[in-house]
Amino acid sequence: MNERRLLVYWAGFTVILALLIVAPLALPEFWQRFLTEILIWGLLAMSSDILIGYTGMVSFGHSAFFGLGMYGAAAALVTTRPPNLWLALAYGLILAAAVAAFVAYFSTRLRDIYFAITTLIFSQIFYVIIFTSTAWTGGENGINFRRPAFAIPFLFSIRFTPAVMHWFVLGVVTLSYLLLRRITQSPFGMVLQSIRENEARTRAIGYAVERYKIVAVMLSGLFAGLAGVLYAIQNQFAAPDFVFFLVSGETVIYNVIGGIGTLIGPMVGAAFFLMLREAFSRFFTEYYLIPLGMIFIAMVIFMPRGLLGFARRWLNR
Amino acid sequence: MEIPLDQILIQTINGIVTGMILALVASGLTLIFGIMDVVNFAHGELFMLGAYVGVLTLAATGDFWIALVVATLAIALLGALIYLTTLRPLIGRDPLTTILATFGVSLVLQNVALWQFGPVARKIEEPITGHFSLFYLDYPWYRLAIAGLAAAIIGALWLFLKFGTYGIWIRATTQDRVMAQAMGIPVPWVLTAVFAIGSGMAAASGVLFGPLVGVNSQMGTSWVLRAFIVVVVGGMGSLSGSIAAAIFISLLEAYASLWVSPAQAVIVSFVVLILTLLFRPTGLFVPTAR
Repeated sequence: MNERRLLVYWAGFTVILALLIVAPLALPEFWQRFLTEILIWGLLAMSSDILIGYTGMVSFGHSAFFGLGMYGAAAALVTTRPPNLWLALAYGLILAAAVAAFVAYFSTRLRDIYFAITTLIFSQIFYVIIFTSTAWTGGENGINFRRPAFAIPFLFSIRFTPAVMHWFVLGVVTLSYLLLRRITQSPFGMVLQSIRENEARTRAIGYAVERYKIVAVMLSGLFAGLAGVLYAIQNQFAAPDFVFFLVSGETVIYNVIGGIGTLIGPMVGAAFFLMLREAFSRFFTEYYLIPLGMIFIAMVIFMPRGLLGFARRWLNR
Repeated sequence: MEIPLDQILIQTINGIVTGMILALVASGLTLIFGIMDVVNFAHGELFMLGAYVGVLTLAATGDFWIALVVATLAIALLGALIYLTTLRPLIGRDPLTTILATFGVSLVLQNVALWQFGPVARKIEEPITGHFSLFYLDYPWYRLAIAGLAAAIIGALWLFLKFGTYGIWIRATTQDRVMAQAMGIPVPWVLTAVFAIGSGMAAASGVLFGPLVGVNSQMGTSWVLRAFIVVVVGGMGSLSGSIAAAIFISLLEAYASLWVSPAQAVIVSFVVLILTLLFRPTGLFVPTAR
């Protein structure tokens, strides 16, 4: 029974991956870019699921990690000629990891609502800093830069067409998913889940709960930063709006809609949210958040486990 | 850099005036949190909608004080509606779900306001137009009147909670919800009323603050963040703590803006919050339990 379920899981995984690989060949350019964006936001939501779903800490500050990854990539792409993809990745990840370490050190001392509010305030601090240091960050206008080429030194170098971009993002997101899935099933991931279930007992058994929480926030921030780097390369700009706490709020929305504690659920939540947004913005123009907000409230009340909540046990096998 | 004494005095008065408004916003928030464990993310939007109702009533009647009363009552009613439809079903679940639900409410309300009233800021005329001279400045009397009014509203709330029959019901519900229910207090209605009172207070502060800046659909966001800071620094659920923290933080920001731009002065209150959470997580202005 168990083996058959696992087989079904991997079969489903392969089919979806295959569909996502061939998608750019069939879709017009607008929808190609749309699909790529879903993958990027999905990665951000997935990174936040490590905290919300697996450790039981709701972060309202993921925009800080995402935004700093974005600005890190921007720094690398603006300062080097020609722009280098790997340098952008390195800068973005280092900056996001540094910020995550800082935030984690302070915020993990608090629990529940207090953790949520502290992470929110931290992200607003970075927002204010980025918004007001006009000389470095361009302030409200943000930074524009050129897209690097997809190159492996001495081997090849090709330009990022929308399709190549999609495959690159798909590769990174798939690897991240497999890595995160492995982490949540590792002994480390089990400790995180036991913190979620009963923190006092986990501490009583002898685990250094604080240290596990700090590592969880840093891990989560690192993958959020990775999503930020991808977004920067995809859209060729960085703006303070992406550090604003509304992005964090949307990340939490993706998680709740899709189903927390499943990793794949937040990705589905992001896809669902973005597609609804696309559909609603045709009818309601820029006021699409009115119907979307109502759907979100209804889901919080009536469907607290989210779209994939029913499959939670199965997805974690 | 030498800062002249008169500037410090002016900033002190400015700090106290914004502090009183902030105290009014935050006391509604702390009332709601302390009594029903609801973190109300939509509080800033109630503040903003209150200011808009004030604008509309002022345009219809021409009287600021009628506008203040109408806005307070209308938003209190809206608050009761929001509570009944979105928050009552969440009773008994993790308090974090209330953050999510009210975050959804705030998105909806903010965009409804943008849709109905457009992106251009509206203006509320000051009801008191006089000035008095403060060193080299013409300082408007209205600002002092705001501080006084805010203090009066908070004082009335305190008296109501202390001596009013319904106020005593509210305090009993805070202390022990089950026991209050057993004593015959209609707890569900008390909770609804508390949410309505908190919403009405947010609306009143919105109308009072409206004349100082324009009224627009984004104005609630910065206030709710600051009110959150105040509520945590003052000690979650402590009314007097919130008031002290509101004035403390506003004064700090006012002094900080002598050196840096007001946008950066916000960081000071962020830092105060983080230090509080690290060293006195129960709040700066509550007596230590012995």
